[in-house]
Amino acid sequence: MGTKATGQVNVEEVPEHTVEIITNSGEGAQKCAQIFGATCAKMGNGVWTVEIIPAEIEPPHHTVTSTSGNIIRFGTGKITNWGDQSKLAVAFNDQVLLSRHRLDSLRDDCIILLEAAWKDSEDEELRRMYDEAMEEMSSKNYRFVMVPYEEEALKIVDNPNHGKNMFALGLLAEIYQRDLSIIEKQIAHIFRFKPAKVTEKNIELVKAGIAWAKENLDFRFHIESVPFEEERIVMNGNQAAALGAIASGVELCAMYPITPATSVSHELAEIIENYGGIVHQSEDEIAAAGVAIGASYAGKVALTVTSGPGMALKTEFLALAIMIEVPLVVLNVQRGGPSTGLPTKVEQSDLLSSIYGQPGDAPRVVMAPRTIEECFHAMVTARKIAETFRMVVIVLTDANLATGVGQFTRPELDVRWQQGAIDQSPIPEGLRPYEWDLETGLSKRIIPGMPGGQHTVTGLAHDEESLVSYHPSSNELGIKMRSRKLAVFQSTLMPPEIHGDDEGDLLVVGWGSTQGAIVDAVGRAREQGHKVSTCQLAFLSPLEPGLKKIFSRFNKVMTVEINYSDTPGDPYVTEDSRRYGQLAWLLRAHTLVDVECWTSCPGQPLRPRDIYNNIIAQLESTEKGVAA
Amino acid sequence: MSSLAISLLDLEADSQVCLEADDYQKRPGKWCAGCGDFGALNAVKRLLAKEQLQPEKTVFVSGIGCSSRFPHYVNTYGFHGIHGRALPVATGIKLARPELDVFVTMGDGDCTSIGAGHWIHATRYNADMVVLMLDNNIYGLTKNQTSPTTPQGYASMTSPKGAVLPALDPLQATLGVSNASFVAQTADWVPAHLYATMQAAYDHPGFSFVRILQRCPKFTADVFQKNIENPDLTELLVHENGVDVPSLKQLFKARRVHDPKNIDDARALAHRTDKLRLGMFFRDDSLPVYEEIRAVPKISAEEKVARLNKEFERYAV
Ligand SMILES: Cc1ncc(C[n+]2csc(CCOP(=O)(O)OP(=O)(O)O)c2C)c(N)n1
Repeated sequence: MGTKATGQVNVEEVPEHTVEIITNSGEGAQKCAQIFGATCAKMGNGVWTVEIIPAEIEPPHHTVTSTSGNIIRFGTGKITNWGDQSKLAVAFNDQVLLSRHRLDSLRDDCIILLEAAWKDSEDEELRRMYDEAMEEMSSKNYRFVMVPYEEEALKIVDNPNHGKNMFALGLLAEIYQRDLSIIEKQIAHIFRFKPAKVTEKNIELVKAGIAWAKENLDFRFHIESVPFEEERIVMNGNQAAALGAIASGVELCAMYPITPATSVSHELAEIIENYGGIVHQSEDEIAAAGVAIGASYAGKVALTVTSGPGMALKTEFLALAIMIEVPLVVLNVQRGGPSTGLPTKVEQSDLLSSIYGQPGDAPRVVMAPRTIEECFHAMVTARKIAETFRMVVIVLTDANLATGVGQFTRPELDVRWQQGAIDQSPIPEGLRPYEWDLETGLSKRIIPGMPGGQHTVTGLAHDEESLVSYHPSSNELGIKMRSRKLAVFQSTLMPPEIHGDDEGDLLVVGWGSTQGAIVDAVGRAREQGHKVSTCQLAFLSPLEPGLKKIFSRFNKVMTVEINYSDTPGDPYVTEDSRRYGQLAWLLRAHTLVDVECWTSCPGQPLRPRDIYNNIIAQLESTEKGVAA
Repeated sequence: MSSLAISLLDLEADSQVCLEADDYQKRPGKWCAGCGDFGALNAVKRLLAKEQLQPEKTVFVSGIGCSSRFPHYVNTYGFHGIHGRALPVATGIKLARPELDVFVTMGDGDCTSIGAGHWIHATRYNADMVVLMLDNNIYGLTKNQTSPTTPQGYASMTSPKGAVLPALDPLQATLGVSNASFVAQTADWVPAHLYATMQAAYDHPGFSFVRILQRCPKFTADVFQKNIENPDLTELLVHENGVDVPSLKQLFKARRVHDPKNIDDARALAHRTDKLRLGMFFRDDSLPVYEEIRAVPKISAEEKVARLNKEFERYAV
């Protein structure tokens, strides 16, 4: 396999493949991958793509820290996560490739289509770096194919950095026998804001890549495409959440830019005005919460979108919204923490702060979509809950879902989702602003404009009339009523679905975005005959009902999460001091079951193989009766 | 036919009932005796009655502080929020429902300290609302801490030896913000001027920022005392397009004609500190108003669904 010598082409039939496109940032890997992924999806493959993004816009090129790119896993069936390792890589230089090698992202037999120019570069330093990189990578059996990306791109464009990516796309199109007409349509869509000749040039580059591959490469892969029965759409989780927001009737989205949440507002900003709504970019996240709350108070369907650090800034306002029972949907696309860089990547560390991180008692609903599809539907559900319960609903996604691209069944829209928030008819005689039903805590919402309803909402303790009150019993009643709504809401939830048998040795519990990887890993363990099952929680506050009962049917329960927990046996880590994963903490408190956890914060999505290995380790240690 | 029906509906709404100033008072203010906030409340009541504002279509928004109790005392809708953050809430209300009349009351700490970012940006958004900044030069509710507007050297619980920095000037700051459209200063102890200023603020289409010098009998009883005792230390800015109250001619001899269209003069007058200046510093009714420039046509639910279905085509497999 490699460069074509004999004219013979070898086509290998495979169920799935994972491809990496790795470049310096600014060399267009994202566009190449986006078009390739969308094309695979449109052809009827399951697809999942993940971005590799450096924190800087354009860090110094040709270094191990300048890597920008994309991983595309596609196959015959549904693909729910990014898998384990890549089987083919397009690499524009040896250094970015080396960074992927060091992360163990490439399979031992990975085919690498590497830029040919560096090997014999005139620059001695670059030659030395190349030689050292190749030496380091020789520990693996990678199969290198040298490709003159730059030389070929220069035949068509003046700046190879604006052309190599599409040439590479051409190679992939030929290797995987992709449908050129779909690629052409995707290119036209991506460059729809640019002059038409940009689209033409890009298509020319793709064709040049195809021609080069036909001429020079002797291998092809065939991945069966089985068109799905139902209509499907392909997008990332942020796009799904944005369209879900519109489907849910959102009329105002207030936000402040923060990775990885920002692209939700990009998507909304582009289209929401066609739906009678607006995106308001505030001066900061606090103001964004305030504007959304003000709009919702006045009867609009409002949303605020942010990520962890923005969440932290919104906390006081969220507590106020909860106190005055103004409905609000908050989308938190989680990230690792403050500042920038790795903290902008995948992490699930906002669970406890989302549930508890407000001043005072502030019960609210926290939900976590598990798939890209659920990112869409969660927004509709969230609005419904927020309004029914006059409650803040926090939707937690993360960069795995936000930037992962996959397909799902095209949603059936319901015109009732678009209903305005509230009517303007006079309020019934004598109705009080917080006429709590003492059973459920529910009350009718009154908004400005409704004659006879004048009252002042206040974050101060207040009675049914919304009058400031310092009376102990009135404060106790208010707190109880606001909390009761959560219990009532929980009574509408179903116990979680179990993948696998509903009893066994080990139950793996995850939440949110990790579902795809966990189900894959548990599937592998089950194939090996292990009695492992899994369930993935979508509601975290309140928790889905029946957990204790479910847990009791397994010898051991273990969470898998992308947040920090202590490793037993580490220095100073004792049973007294051990910090658990956030869901594990919650489940332990909630069920009094000795829930174990395996967590990891790699700044990237979890790999099924890592989860698998830890499932096996847990099974072994449970057998031996020691803590993993 | 349909337009007739609509105008009949409009007629029905309260138009027969004439509301008096006291009808707009929900309950007596609970400020300390002698607090300047009472004066502001009185002027507001008079304005609401004069304009016959529909209580259900009027919203008072505030933060936290003594002055932020305001909405509780007015018989309209009210939003008593969190410290420093009245303006984002008010902006959200205006974006959602431009037809509502929105009033904001804030203290000096509320506005110029914790809420300073929002103040700058709300000024620039220029949403149509009346913004009353009740400036008593001190933190009242939390009992006597230095505020950004506390005079340099003035002692408080947090600066026992006196405020260490020169006071922040809210007029200068607001006048420095692009798209600022209305800046005025008045004082609680000159009720006629206070009322006339509020009227002008209400008439202005945009963000009408009114700094009300407000006496705090507990903590800053003396800061405005010399001005109250000697009207000659106050200069009224007057103009036919500004605030001019004929009845004040007797009392305030120092009058300066200032055209509120002139931003350079406004900034200069805000800057010079020889006299306390009351009046309209700046007003421009032609500047973009946020909720107007962000207005989007209403789309029917059916049409939204149709459009979204079309949107899906972009992503269709
Ligand atoms: C986040 C936050 N920080 C601090 C406070 C405490 N606090 C309440 S009011 C106030 C200052 C009040 O002064 P000012 O805004 O000038 O209004 P005044 O009471 O003088 O009318 C402070 C610091 C608070 N409520 N919230």
